[in-house]
Amino acid sequence: MAIQRKANVHILDGNQAAAIAAMMSRVQVIAAYPITPQTPLTEQLSRYVEQGELQAEYVAVESEHSAMAVCTSASLVGARTFTATSSHGLAYMHEMLHWAAGARLPIVLACVNRAIGAPWNVLNDQQDSISQRDTGWIQIYCRNNQEIMDTIIQAYRIAEQVFVPVMVCYDGYILSHTEMPVDVPIQEEVDRYLPSYQPHTVLDPANPKNYNLVTLANPRVGVDGKLCHGYMELRYLLQEALQNSKEVIVKSGKEFNQLFGRDYANVFWEDRNEDAEITIVAMGSLAMEAIVAADMLREQGIKVGVLGLRVFRPFPKSEVVQALRKSKLIVVFDKNISYGSEGATCSEIKSALYGTYINAAIRNFIVGLGGRDIKARELVEATKKAIASLKETVVNPDYPEWICEI
Amino acid sequence: MGTRDCNHICDESSPGIGEAGRTGEWRTLMPVIDDKKCTASKLNKPTCFLCWLYCPEAVITKGIPPLINLEYCKGCGICLQVCPVQAIVMIHEEKIAD
Repeated sequence: MAIQRKANVHILDGNQAAAIAAMMSRVQVIAAYPITPQTPLTEQLSRYVEQGELQAEYVAVESEHSAMAVCTSASLVGARTFTATSSHGLAYMHEMLHWAAGARLPIVLACVNRAIGAPWNVLNDQQDSISQRDTGWIQIYCRNNQEIMDTIIQAYRIAEQVFVPVMVCYDGYILSHTEMPVDVPIQEEVDRYLPSYQPHTVLDPANPKNYNLVTLANPRVGVDGKLCHGYMELRYLLQEALQNSKEVIVKSGKEFNQLFGRDYANVFWEDRNEDAEITIVAMGSLAMEAIVAADMLREQGIKVGVLGLRVFRPFPKSEVVQALRKSKLIVVFDKNISYGSEGATCSEIKSALYGTYINAAIRNFIVGLGGRDIKARELVEATKKAIASLKETVVNPDYPEWICEI
Repeated sequence: MGTRDCNHICDESSPGIGEAGRTGEWRTLMPVIDDKKCTASKLNKPTCFLCWLYCPEAVITKGIPPLINLEYCKGCGICLQVCPVQAIVMIHEEKIAD
């Protein structure tokens, strides 16, 4: 049952929504380095701290690598931490992303999705966060600014239960610099939703501990005689935590709805997928464009639905299978590519469907790299091209098609 | 019984002797101190102890004679390098076994 509450709508761009969400989550340590298009977010947060609106330590670091190192240390000693970056900044953070996940620290990072060089490009695609796919972070993608605000708040609730860091991804400029109406929660509600952070480890001089020292592959007996995890067991636990986090993500989304009246009890969004013969799959703001494309195709009598991926890690395999069970054709649009293969979400969809009774044809299109504008009518044309291709073969091609002018 | 019972969520250990296991097993060369040459032993008074000072694993006692804890000595040979009277030699482990 949706809760009746007074709306508190502000016109915010994505970075402002993220800054307010971080502040309302009562983050205690922020360490960030400005990078386009994330810069206004960090500027806003440092302003909140400077003006005394947010009781937090803002550490102006000299690099993104250091930003994540500061977040890791602060999180280990019990502070709720936040950082944000984009593109090359996220790439520079790569090593410490592994460390944060391996140390099982509930850090929340806003990734304002931007293309990676060479050549230099400051505009949007999702190559940056997709390139960090295997670092052990939960990845959640937002379609609009309301989702940015809500997802950052939820991210702390998720991360602090499963002890896995969460990357909240949203498209640069398309969301980060575009103003939209956003319903801003009141602080008391957020406080009720987010209890204070209880770290899994407490550094105490009276009871000294070593954390994440050189750990050999095999288990070993500690000084207290207990058999302790080897490296392999710790990696298993990280995988297990991500597997189990799916349930926590859905539960946290449901609990969010109970307090704020917006339902996130899902791992992806669906639009008219119940009777769809063709499903368009997209992630982030592109999923909104796909809904417009589906409208246009429906007007032409083609039964199209949309699956907008929200949670990319952990990848919701069984849910995707359930959602695509009636589809005869799946058209996957990716704003990223695994060079030499295909779009990352396409690979995931194929992997999820393999060995099931679903034998839909899958067509993958690479779109919108480096901020290349992608309009709904181009998604429509691509979908029609995919439909036409079925006359030739239902076999999935080895490589994706690109929407560009080569 | 697996490792879950340790209840650690990330790598965690308490500092203590042998925290990293019996590192003496890593050794291929074993240091042996010749008491006839060792300054502290020869003079029978607390002196020198450079081996004790430089040992990176802190496995040499500041005694007369200085004793090496072979449970944890990795056989790095730093004691041999710093001994001013060449009282320490490194011997192949297999020779000891003979």
